[in-house]
Amino acid sequence: MLFVRYTSPDGTETTLEARDGDSVMQTAVKNGVKGIVAECGGSCACATCHVFVADDFTGLVGGPSDLEDDMLDGAASERQPNSRLSCQIKMSAELDGLHVVIAPKQI
Amino acid sequence: MSTKGILIIGAGQAGLQIADSLREFGYQDQITMVGDEITAPYQRPPLSKAFLFGEADEVSLLFRNEKFYQDNNINLVLNDAVVDVSISGQGGTATTGSGKVVGFEKMALAPGSTPRKLEILGSKLDGVLYLRSLADAQDLKSRWGKARSVVVVGGGFIGLEVAAVATKSGKKVTVLEGANRMLARAVSPITSEYFKNMHERRGAKIVLDARISEFIGQDGKVSAVRLEDGTEVAADIVMIGIGVIARTEVANMLGLELHNGSILVDEFAQTSNAMVVAAGDAVMLPNPSGLKGLVRLESVQNAVDQAKVAARTLMNIKEPYGALPWFWSDQADIKLQIAGLSAGFDRTVLRGNPDEDTFSLLYYKSGQLLAIDAVNHVSDFMAVRRCLTAGSNIDPGAAEDSSVPLKTLISS
Repeated sequence: MLFVRYTSPDGTETTLEARDGDSVMQTAVKNGVKGIVAECGGSCACATCHVFVADDFTGLVGGPSDLEDDMLDGAASERQPNSRLSCQIKMSAELDGLHVVIAPKQI
Repeated sequence: MSTKGILIIGAGQAGLQIADSLREFGYQDQITMVGDEITAPYQRPPLSKAFLFGEADEVSLLFRNEKFYQDNNINLVLNDAVVDVSISGQGGTATTGSGKVVGFEKMALAPGSTPRKLEILGSKLDGVLYLRSLADAQDLKSRWGKARSVVVVGGGFIGLEVAAVATKSGKKVTVLEGANRMLARAVSPITSEYFKNMHERRGAKIVLDARISEFIGQDGKVSAVRLEDGTEVAADIVMIGIGVIARTEVANMLGLELHNGSILVDEFAQTSNAMVVAAGDAVMLPNPSGLKGLVRLESVQNAVDQAKVAARTLMNIKEPYGALPWFWSDQADIKLQIAGLSAGFDRTVLRGNPDEDTFSLLYYKSGQLLAIDAVNHVSDFMAVRRCLTAGSNIDPGAAEDSSVPLKTLISS
């Protein structure tokens, strides 16, 4: 079993079980976690699933693709060095226990 | 008769969003959502892309897990449809095909649309397909591996997305478009021309002004498409994508006002019946850009944003639809993103080079930016989205210099 931990902008912590291969966005949205909007459903077309990857995981998660990088430039919350679009982070055994902080503003 | 609760017709993107938003805004009473498919609400856009290509499965398409519906007390009625409904001043009652009786104080219509059918000789042959539902996509996918020749009827988004997957899968692809350019309803000739070239470069054959006379079959299965000029195009699969028709079954039972066959609403998603709201593909709404006229917006963005407006209206919170329309389409390695509505434009500004698969086209009216088509040009798309959402402008003359980032040109 894989787990992801989300910290919402209001400080709420939610830990969810993730399906191998599902994105961090999908895992949140399927469970109704607030704050991740994901309007485009994971096509990297809307920049409304912006998260900050917790320090321990930034190396494992890696950086964004060029396309995602451009999307992040236009995200509603100003991007940070650890910004990612959660639709582009796929869960795997390597990322078990991943912790992300949901960006405060998505739209 | 219960006079509590809200009945949502349709379990697609808009229907789910209405239910979700009602709970988010604090609605306490029963929510019942009736959908005629067997699957819980799922994403449609990947059906013509990742699902067909094998990069997404049925589970990954689902919007929410079962627990979400339980936790939020959303009564999901699937594989069923309302066959009778009556509304009085105090509330209404609906009866479904399976015999369920649901009382409600207000109703939300999010019935979506159904593919426009092409009724010609041979259109009932096996292998003549449409793509709207998961069941349609499963049918298409089950035939996909064996099919060598795919004919797409209609050069719209659905058809071109399927064509892109087909060429990527090594199939022989022919797109038959009846108009003199593709995507004619959505984009300008410059962008249409780009998509024609783009698909041709990737191996598809594009026929414009195509006049189809019949589908030819062998043993009940389609084998070719015949054009009026006598040409025959071999086909193991014919995928028809020539637009959609609003589903108005329940709206008609209630005698709601329609416009061009779609459910007419105001800026609050209110129908002609004060107890009924409507959202999504089946709806005709006032142009949200503040321009005159009515529009029908067949998009995820509209399903979501109009559903939020509808949910507020159901709770007597009056907030007009003000969201910026936007849209995307993934075709092969190309991402098209559109923001704004370009209708009525009098000037375009081209940035970048279509021949290099990266450009954007800005649409202006009287010097005011209306919309953008961005092809693999996310930074321009995001800049225009931000600009139009804020009600700002980008000077067209300044935008002509492609080397200047658009986001630096947004007027305050």
